[in-house]
Amino acid sequence: MNSERALVLEVRSALTAACSSLRDGDPADAVGGLTPSFVASPASTQEAAALLRAAASSGLAVVPRGAGTGLGWGLPPSACDLVVDLSAMDQVIEHAAGDLVARVQAGATVGHVASVLATAGQELALDVPADATVGGVVATGTAGPRRLRYGSPRDLLIGVTAVRADGVAAHAGGKVVKNVAGYDIGKLLAGSQGTLALITEATFRLHPLPDAVAYVTAEFGPAQRGAAAVALQSAAGSTLVPSAVELDWPPGSPQSQRALRVGVLLEGTSSGVAERAMQMSELLASAGGSPAVAVAEAVPPRWGQLPSPSTVIRVTFWVGRLAGVLDALAAAGAGAGVRPAVTGSAGAGALYACLDPGTEHDTAVRFVQALRERLDSGASGGPPASVGPRGSVVVLAAPAPVMAAAGAYGVYGSVPGAALMRAIKDQFDPDHRMFPGRLAAI
Amino acid sequence: MEVQALVPRMRDICGAGNVITDPLELRTYECDGLTAHRSVPALVVLPSSAGEVAAVVTECARARVPFVARGSGTGLSGGAMPHSGGVLIVMSRMRKVLEIDPVSRRAVIEPGVTNLSVSKAAAPFGLFYAPDPSSQVVCSVGGNVAENSGGAHCLKHGFTVHHVTGLEIVTPSGELTWLGDGTGVTTGYDLLGAFTGSEGTLGIVTKIVVKLLPLPEVVHTLLAAYATTSDGGRAVSDIIAAGIVPAAIEMMDALSITAAEAAVQCNYPAGAGAVLIVELDGPAAEVEAELATVLTLCEAAGATEIRAADDPADRAVIWAGRKSAFAAVGRISPSFIVQDGVVPRTSLGAVLATIAALADEAGVRVANVFHAGDGNLHPLVLYNDASPGETLAAEELSGKILDACLEQGGSITGEHGVGVDKSRYMPKMFNADDLDTMQLVRCAFDPAHLCNPGKIFPTPRLCGEVPGHRRAGLPAVGHPAVAAGQAEIF
Repeated sequence: MNSERALVLEVRSALTAACSSLRDGDPADAVGGLTPSFVASPASTQEAAALLRAAASSGLAVVPRGAGTGLGWGLPPSACDLVVDLSAMDQVIEHAAGDLVARVQAGATVGHVASVLATAGQELALDVPADATVGGVVATGTAGPRRLRYGSPRDLLIGVTAVRADGVAAHAGGKVVKNVAGYDIGKLLAGSQGTLALITEATFRLHPLPDAVAYVTAEFGPAQRGAAAVALQSAAGSTLVPSAVELDWPPGSPQSQRALRVGVLLEGTSSGVAERAMQMSELLASAGGSPAVAVAEAVPPRWGQLPSPSTVIRVTFWVGRLAGVLDALAAAGAGAGVRPAVTGSAGAGALYACLDPGTEHDTAVRFVQALRERLDSGASGGPPASVGPRGSVVVLAAPAPVMAAAGAYGVYGSVPGAALMRAIKDQFDPDHRMFPGRLAAI
Repeated sequence: MEVQALVPRMRDICGAGNVITDPLELRTYECDGLTAHRSVPALVVLPSSAGEVAAVVTECARARVPFVARGSGTGLSGGAMPHSGGVLIVMSRMRKVLEIDPVSRRAVIEPGVTNLSVSKAAAPFGLFYAPDPSSQVVCSVGGNVAENSGGAHCLKHGFTVHHVTGLEIVTPSGELTWLGDGTGVTTGYDLLGAFTGSEGTLGIVTKIVVKLLPLPEVVHTLLAAYATTSDGGRAVSDIIAAGIVPAAIEMMDALSITAAEAAVQCNYPAGAGAVLIVELDGPAAEVEAELATVLTLCEAAGATEIRAADDPADRAVIWAGRKSAFAAVGRISPSFIVQDGVVPRTSLGAVLATIAALADEAGVRVANVFHAGDGNLHPLVLYNDASPGETLAAEELSGKILDACLEQGGSITGEHGVGVDKSRYMPKMFNADDLDTMQLVRCAFDPAHLCNPGKIFPTPRLCGEVPGHRRAGLPAVGHPAVAAGQAEIF
């Protein structure tokens, strides 16, 4: 007991020497039910590097934390000794408006960054919650509806500074959009969920804020699922260059079947957007199924938002297979006796099936398994195995028993490149101390 | 010695006719588009399938023989320069377009397929492949993946990495695996993103899934002539400041216009100090409005003449001068170095002035051709290779131009790659820790250091033993999915 206490004191003093803002963790800091021994808020990359060097010499499990908005997703950590809180690194370091580039500290919130960029009529074109931090958004690879046009964080990230598990700070990329010097470490860190390194700074390519926007929506009756799929596909492939093509398919109730709402975002000049909105309305109506079409400037309800579910399942696919995916979602729901809310970027091949918090664990597991079976078997028009996997069914968030029984990943076969991913992890974090347990690969 | 021992096995794998051992024939492959660096390979093989590539690499890995992949050999940084003691794996027999899925807007192709032929195959479906390096008639998409190639239109549409959604690769140990699943949504680490642009050092691509875009409804191309490049530069800044992202903004200075005129008679406005080419594409309803704004801004910046083209033939006339610029310089100089630096767009004027001053000082002529929209400069440093003094002066100037780019916060390469040519400049852009971190990726893919060795990095990292899963800290709690044997946890 005494020796254990002495060890804790020794570790604390080493961490404090590295980062003055160190404090003891409390239950409010718990990640996945694990309360960290320590929480530190480094004020600079240098301080973060010193902190991680100290953590490395003590063999501590490290969990990076931005605003914490995404911490509850994915698998919980298997250990959590030190939470590195980025909230003290919250500044926009440089906004080079003429170059459409901004360099920001990882703890800056998306909302703060947006307000700075807006003064020059520019934006970081990611539809993510304003209270999330840019570091968190990059680490989780979060992308919203406009991924169709602008991609995800990896596509907009042009430079990154990060601290490795061993406390070495390194940067990659730069502050010019066009740059092929060296390996693109930013791509590797984007979506790595904090398991490879601690991101402390990020440099992004920006876009001009559009003069005008229009949302064209088309509501298809419950029996018109096929027509809705055609409308989504035509919109996404149209020369009208939509920024987003979304599907909102609420769960409905046993009494009333649910309608499917297709939403298309157009951005551009005011005259151009008005004209394109008219053409897009015609395009959506021409898919058949007599949808109710409307054009509005206001954001449609639930646009880019997930309900507050207990379980979120991400289904990705080649867009040509959309009708089969919708059929599989409906059939798996019917088979498991559950009504998922389905929403997401149907035009970009990513949908989220969300289960109500009241869903029995067994039911949720049956739903996931049925979905994978249907998409795997080719019953929904899947491709021959010879051409590689063409999509995945990933459980993004779920109660632990559901995650354990269903498995986080279920790609049609396995995660492509899983062996190389393990090799990358071993190189960057040989002791597996960076957010241990967060990512799973079957 | 060791390489020659592989010959019988390579003949078994690829067929006797597809294994080259004749010294004269081997010399054909001694360099890529960067002819200043040459090295005759010990052996050349031309596999025809992913399985053959995997078998060839497996043999190399087993014998610990280095190997280098080569596409069309158009690279400008020596990325495909062979290893004198190794096997050159030429991908040119793998040139099938395997599938076009018009609704998913994806094409599945073999790596030897040329860039332009993807767009040709997609055209009947109203689609095209956006990345368009100037060498697109001959360069292979496999090579584009290795170099993360750009092109004139990447200003709006992005680089190769933004358009590749799946790769089948042979790892440096000879295993076939997929990176990415074609959806464009990443599951796990973004190995696809890390692999693209790794210059052939992490493995060999055997199949590629690319995104296709709908052909734009309209395309307008403008050519504006200016007295100086700084006048043209002002137009560029004003267009960007107006919130317009054209498909391309290119500029050429007086010397490169002279060269292009001599080569292809592009008939650009006589006496112009600079020409600016601006291309707008997209929905008609948007492009018409943008075109009016761009015309106004180009005039306001002092254009001496503006020409507009909206049909393919007229557009081709405007582009002819620009697309031929590199080769055209051969008309006005026996030899030249194609440089590929990048600066923040707002530093273009300052860097062009610095380049002019450096060129005067060195007594060397520099023709400037550049992607003005994204600050990617291609100064063409002219010299006579018959004169050792001139060659040296040109190389020195070329290096100083890169220094000038780095001083402005830029990059040593925007699209041609580091290869063998620029590895010595890497430490000027990245510190030892940065380079060490990049090489962790290499160690994960190629611990034996056999795959295109000697490229990108000035000094290799020793990969060492990879420690197993261990943790020195507080005892870890097993995750239920691991306990259940269903997951391996990172």
